[in-house]
Amino acid sequence: MIKDWVLEELTVDQKLEPMVKPPITKVQLAQYAGASGDFNPLHLDDDFAQKIGMDGVIAHGMLVMGFLGEYVMKIAGQEARIANINMRFGKMTVPGDEIRCSGIVERTYEEEGKRCIALELTAEKISGEVVGSGSAILQLT
Amino acid sequence: MDLDKSVIGLTSTEYVFEVESRHVGQFAAAIGDDHPLYSDENYAKQSAYAGLIVPPTFPIAMNDGKTKMPLDLDQRRMLHGEQEFIYYKPIRIGDRLRCQIKVHDLYDKEGKSGKMQFLKLDTEMKNETGELVCISRMNIVYRALAN
Repeated sequence: MIKDWVLEELTVDQKLEPMVKPPITKVQLAQYAGASGDFNPLHLDDDFAQKIGMDGVIAHGMLVMGFLGEYVMKIAGQEARIANINMRFGKMTVPGDEIRCSGIVERTYEEEGKRCIALELTAEKISGEVVGSGSAILQLT
Repeated sequence: MDLDKSVIGLTSTEYVFEVESRHVGQFAAAIGDDHPLYSDENYAKQSAYAGLIVPPTFPIAMNDGKTKMPLDLDQRRMLHGEQEFIYYKPIRIGDRLRCQIKVHDLYDKEGKSGKMQFLKLDTEMKNETGELVCISRMNIVYRALAN
């Protein structure tokens, strides 16, 4: 991700450089299960997933939100703190999917003497299917 | 069995969660989030945080694996629709946070396939002096079971 802007100077409707994640792997789902404590077999066991009508395991929705969190913190760099991040879950993600995170500046405002930047966020597959959409608020200190 | 507004305000027992460096490292590595704010003390000291923090979605991992939700839900009807993290203060490695799950809200909406219920469950995290640090808010869609 290349930053060709300064956080203080972001303007409303400005599109931020997207970040594309490497394809999701089954090992990554095992890593995420261990780190998050979510061992739902739907994310780990192909046989189980097939029994309930899936083609195979699906990724944790929270892993995708983790990608958006990574993206927002890359935007924040060293200059800002994150006050809020939220996401609505969209289409399911499966191993092999490459997720692209993108953001647009929704508004900028002052609160308690701090400059705040509200971002609209999208996580989508290369096909354009939205797997997560939400927003975040950064506070400049 | 539908839920009604009387569930609002119900709370779980409180548990203490200790934020450990290894756990934070594994969580960031699983996501592939290599931000130096979680591992590089010098970088973090010079940042807006003035010290190491955790990835923004880390509170989802701050469960003790034992504490029960404050109400009985049918797992088959639950759909995790939305998630939100509200930060009042940074979460740092070494923090011991007092956590409690609370029913924040319950409301109904008419959907295409009849009434849907939406439940907002908060995990409130407070520091040792009782100040609110973070709320992890899970929005659950509680669907009617297909007959």
